[in-house]
Amino acid sequence: MSVPRILPPLTDVNRPYWTGGSDGRLLIERCRSCRRWQHPPTGTCESCGEPAAPEPVSGQGTVFTFTVNHQQYHPEVPPPYVIAIVELDEQPGLRLPTNLVGCDPDDIRIGAPVQVRFEQHGEVFVPVFALREPAGSTAP
Amino acid sequence: MTAALPEHRAILSGVGISRIGRRLGVPPLELTVEAARQAIADAGLTAADVDGVATMGDTPHAEASAALGIEARYTGGGVDTGGLLSPLMSAVVAVAEGRARHVLVYRTVQMMGGTIAPPSDDPEEAARTTRVMGDIGSLLAHHAYSAANWVAMHCARHMHLYGTTREQLGAIAVNARANAARNPLAVYRDPMTLDDYLAARPVSTPLGLLDCDVPVDGSIAVVVSAADHATDLPHRPVRIAAMGGSPGEGGWVNRPDYPKMASVEAAAELWRRTDLTPADIDVAELYDGFTFLTLAWLEALGICGDGESGPFVEGGTRIALDGELPLNTYGGQLSAGRLHGYWVVHEACLQLRGEAGERQVAGDPEVAVVAAGGGPIAGCLLLTR
Repeated sequence: MSVPRILPPLTDVNRPYWTGGSDGRLLIERCRSCRRWQHPPTGTCESCGEPAAPEPVSGQGTVFTFTVNHQQYHPEVPPPYVIAIVELDEQPGLRLPTNLVGCDPDDIRIGAPVQVRFEQHGEVFVPVFALREPAGSTAP
Repeated sequence: MTAALPEHRAILSGVGISRIGRRLGVPPLELTVEAARQAIADAGLTAADVDGVATMGDTPHAEASAALGIEARYTGGGVDTGGLLSPLMSAVVAVAEGRARHVLVYRTVQMMGGTIAPPSDDPEEAARTTRVMGDIGSLLAHHAYSAANWVAMHCARHMHLYGTTREQLGAIAVNARANAARNPLAVYRDPMTLDDYLAARPVSTPLGLLDCDVPVDGSIAVVVSAADHATDLPHRPVRIAAMGGSPGEGGWVNRPDYPKMASVEAAAELWRRTDLTPADIDVAELYDGFTFLTLAWLEALGICGDGESGPFVEGGTRIALDGELPLNTYGGQLSAGRLHGYWVVHEACLQLRGEAGERQVAGDPEVAVVAAGGGPIAGCLLLTR
C-alpha cells in the first residue's frame, strides 16, 4: 500500500465517487432531468434542482492546473508529488482535485490529456490520473 | 451617496500593535493586552469607555476583557462573509446600530501555520471539517494540505492564461522587503534582491519560500467608534467609505472564472457602496499571505484588468513607496509578518493619519484600500481621512 491519505468520511452521496474504482469506474453525478454533470456530488442538480445520480464517465480529461509540492506537510507523505485539478472531457468546467502519478513532473503541462487510475485504500479507490498520449499519436 | 450605510456611522479611532517576532515566548493574552491598551489610548479612551469586543477568537474575548477591565455589552467574532475582517465589520455594524459606542477589535497570532485544516484522526472531527470546509476534504485526500498548494494552482493557471512570470511575483516580495526595511517592527528587514527571490527553495510550484508570508507572534488591535467621536480624537479620524466581503461561489476548485477568487465579489460589493473609484486610491494595503494573492486583489479591485497585474507590478517601480500606487508599505506579511489581515488595517490608518514615519507616503494620502484573504475568504475596506 502506498502512502496514507486523509480520506473524507463516506456518505450516501459521496460513496459512489470514492468507491466506483473497485470495478474500474469513475462515477460522477449527473442530473436525471437536464443531464448536466456536477462535482462534488450533492444528490441534487445545482442547475435545475432535480435529482442527480452517479453515472460512469470515460475517465479521460485534461490538466486544468497543477502544482509540484516540495514541502513536507504530513510526516508520512514525502515530497515531491503532483497535485492537480483535472477537467473531465464530458463537460467544460467539470473539475476534480487529484494527483498526477507515474510521470516526471517536468513533462506535465496545463492542457495535457490524462486518464484516470485508482489507488486502493481499503474500500476506497482514490481517483488519480496519469498522462496519456494525445489522440492520433502512436499509442494503439 | 447612501448616508445610511453602517460604515459611514463608524470610524477607526485607534490602532495598536504589540511586540512582533518569531517565537517571542510571550503568552498571547499578554500580547493582546499590549496591543489593546495602545489602541484604546490612541483613540483617546480608557478601558472603561470601551463597551464592545470583537475577535476571531484567538485570545477569547472574555479573557481579554477581564485583563483589560472592559465590560463589554457587545461581543462579536468568528469568520463570516467578511472573511478575516469579519470581526471588524461586525463591530462597525454594532456601532452603527447603537449596540456599542467603542468596540475593541483584535487579532493575536502565534506562529500560525499555513495549513488551514490540520489532519484529524478522529472521524467525527474529520466529518465536521468536511461539512464546514467543502472541497477542502477532497483537496486533503490528495495531499493538498496547505493553502500554499491551493493558491499555487491558481497562480499556475494565471501564468498559463496571461503569461504571468515568477519575476512579476518576485516584484511583490522584493517591494515588501524594501518597505520592511523602513518599519522597525518588521521581522525581516535585510535587503533582498530579485535574484535572492528566484533562488529560494520551491514550496509548491510556482511558489517558492519567498512567495510565502512569515509566521510570527504578535497582536494588532483597532478601536471602532461611533462617528461623532471624531471630534474628540487626539489625531485625524479614519473613516470607512465602504466595505465588502463575500465567500463567493465555487470554493478553491470550482469557480467558473478560476483562477479568480471571492475577492472579485468582495471588491464588487465595496465599489457598489461608494462613488469613489480605483483611480482615487492613494495607497494599497493588500493581503500577501502568498505573493499571488496580492495580484488577485489588484485585479479583483479593478486596479488592473484581468491578467494585467503581473505587468503592473513588474520591476516594482509603480508599487514602490514613491510610485504611483504604493503597495504594502509596512513590509507586507511577506516581510513584516503574518498578522493575518490586520497589519494592513493598522498600516492604512497610519498612512491616512500621516503617522507612518520613515515610510510615510508623500502627498498626504486621502484614500487607502485594505484587503484580506484568499480563495473563498475575502474582505476589503476603503478608508479615507
